[in-house]
Amino acid sequence: MKRTIFLVLIAIFVVMGLAACGGQKLECTDPIGCVEVAPDEPILLASSLVISGPNTELGLDSQYGVEIAIDFRGDVLGHPVELQPEDDGCNAEGGQTSATKIVSNPQIVAMIGTSCSGAGVPAAKIISDNGYVMVSPSNTAPSLTDPELHEAGYLRTAHNDKVQGRAMAEFAINELGVTKAAAIHDGDPYTEGLASVFSEAFQELGGEIVAFEAIDANADDVIAPLTTIAAAGPPEFLYYPVFIPLGSLITKQAQDVEGLDGVILAAADGVQSPSFLEAAGDAAEGMYVSGPDLGFGNEIYDKFLTAYQEKYGTEPTAPFHAHAFDATNMVLDAIEKVAQQADDGTLLIGRQALRDALFATSGMEGITGTITCDEYGDCADPKIAVSQVQGGEFVPIWP
Amino acid sequence: MSQRFKNIDYIGIVLWLFRAAIVVIVVWGTVSKLFLGQGNAYTATDWIDFLVAGLAQGSLYALIALGYTLVYGVLFMINFAHGEFLMSGTMTATIFVALPLSASGFLDANPILGMLIIMVVAMLVSVGVALLTERVAYRPLRRAPRLVPLITAIGASFFWQYFFRGLYGSALVPFPELEVLKGEWAVFGIAVLKTRAVVMVASVIMLIGLYVFIMRTKTGTAIRAVAEDKDIAALMGIDVDRTISITFATGAAMAGAAGILYGMVFRQVHFFMGFVPGIKAFTAAVLGGIGSIPGAALGGLFLGLFESVGPPLFLEGLGIPGAHQLKDVIAFTMLVLVLIFRPQGIVGERLAEKKA
Repeated sequence: MKRTIFLVLIAIFVVMGLAACGGQKLECTDPIGCVEVAPDEPILLASSLVISGPNTELGLDSQYGVEIAIDFRGDVLGHPVELQPEDDGCNAEGGQTSATKIVSNPQIVAMIGTSCSGAGVPAAKIISDNGYVMVSPSNTAPSLTDPELHEAGYLRTAHNDKVQGRAMAEFAINELGVTKAAAIHDGDPYTEGLASVFSEAFQELGGEIVAFEAIDANADDVIAPLTTIAAAGPPEFLYYPVFIPLGSLITKQAQDVEGLDGVILAAADGVQSPSFLEAAGDAAEGMYVSGPDLGFGNEIYDKFLTAYQEKYGTEPTAPFHAHAFDATNMVLDAIEKVAQQADDGTLLIGRQALRDALFATSGMEGITGTITCDEYGDCADPKIAVSQVQGGEFVPIWP
Repeated sequence: MSQRFKNIDYIGIVLWLFRAAIVVIVVWGTVSKLFLGQGNAYTATDWIDFLVAGLAQGSLYALIALGYTLVYGVLFMINFAHGEFLMSGTMTATIFVALPLSASGFLDANPILGMLIIMVVAMLVSVGVALLTERVAYRPLRRAPRLVPLITAIGASFFWQYFFRGLYGSALVPFPELEVLKGEWAVFGIAVLKTRAVVMVASVIMLIGLYVFIMRTKTGTAIRAVAEDKDIAALMGIDVDRTISITFATGAAMAGAAGILYGMVFRQVHFFMGFVPGIKAFTAAVLGGIGSIPGAALGGLFLGLFESVGPPLFLEGLGIPGAHQLKDVIAFTMLVLVLIFRPQGIVGERLAEKKA
């Protein structure tokens, strides 16, 4: 009897030993941890984009870009890719909440987002501190990739506003020939960064900034601050790179302020959407809006647009869908590069290795151009266009 | 000697220092603005523009504040869903009445009739939403401790916000611009935007109307009786529940009208539009003395004026950049000051212990 038990025990040990040797076991050696994707489990990505509130179109458009990129790609290393969409609310609180939610799920490999730079600042910190990585398709504030402020897990495929603000200043001075401008921001990193870059470039090019004013993003009365601006100048050119409720409000009320009649209005990509045109109505006619140049003219973009139209039944509603598409491909490429694969299909993705691979992205051909990341996470191939609102549409006119 | 020291009220001293500091800041800012030429140089016209903008904004606050004050008067409860009553009526009337009327050209052909129709629809919807909220969320809690209906009100506020967001979407809806209200009128040589003038006149008419309603009619008397003492009022044969419903309806009607005036001035409405004006109007009601109708009107006007004139006057004088962004700081600092130094508000009566 004793012998039987002994033999059974030995047999069990042998079987266990064989099992252990037979399945090649992956060891996580990454300094900040790994994601293990079991066979038949999807690779989980998260997005944190603005999908509620007045700026919904901006975020949904990017989210569609991510979804199309995932559709086009199909399976990655034998695993389907799944997206967990979160909302950044286009404010710091939303960025904080969504990032916290994302880092609480150990299966999430990377995050695409955020939409708004204001949400990106806290999100970058949380994502980086927890060893995750994020690629933003539409944050443009210069501070996010500033050498002193950059967080280790932050990259973006959107242009840096150092380029966009400068482009608008050049357009104003060289094309429109104005010399006196005023800039308005709402205190959000995106708007403040863009307004300051514009002001600096405008002054460098020989113009004069007569007023640099801040208005709360949820303000309902803008007559008083506009009166202040008119009293300080009056400016010939009013630049307000803000988001929708404030952007359309300024557009409508600027003409009512004495001293601002006939002022040239200009805004940036934060308002480049149909709902802005609908809200601002006739008042927006003739104003200028800067944003990424969407005249990519490559084959893949045409294919993208067809898929977009088919899947969502609409034209793109904001400028950053292509950047989101490229950001997603960047992440999936990096996963393909660094993932270790076991015989049974289990994937082991090292988080530091993934970060390194993303920062090492170089010469990747995306819709938005050739994507090459620098050490502070700026990956875009920035091309800025200025559009004018003509007949209720954004018509690109420069360059 | 040591006895005298013990009698010193240190909190009192701190409060006095605080009061003095605020006065010094305001005076210093104003002086350096007006006499030392700090910041922009404003002309008299600019100052008048600030004043008019402030008064117009203030009369909107006043109209909304009435709802807070009326409900507080009868129930001693802060109805935080009041801003949502405004939003519900305004959005519904804008989407289903104002936009179609404007598209068909009716609004520009008959501006007064058109605006009245829009306003009546907004008021009816607001009243409907208010009565429903009162019946479902507040009435069952009539005898509960005071904190309970307050929290319920916050819940109701969120519910209506997201209900209407689900219904109408989260995009901004443009409010049609009336052809006759473009441009300015000269009033005593002062150019005033037509929309602002209309807002001010309409607000004053409604405020007077409400005052007469409360003071001169039977229903108004019933409302005042219920505010005085619900139990005795019931003994006198007043239907208390019905009177409370009427109070809610009156406040909501004012809010609906204010919402349409808001849409007329700012020309865009959205599901979140009730929140900030609601909080500001609550501030105005407390400022004027919550529970008092003239107090709410005065508080609203004061708040609007301070928000508009304060930043260019003393904040700019202190050399603060982007002063207009800080208008909310002024509004809420005023609220804090009133709560500390004059809790009964500008014209508020000292409440009996039972009420306070």
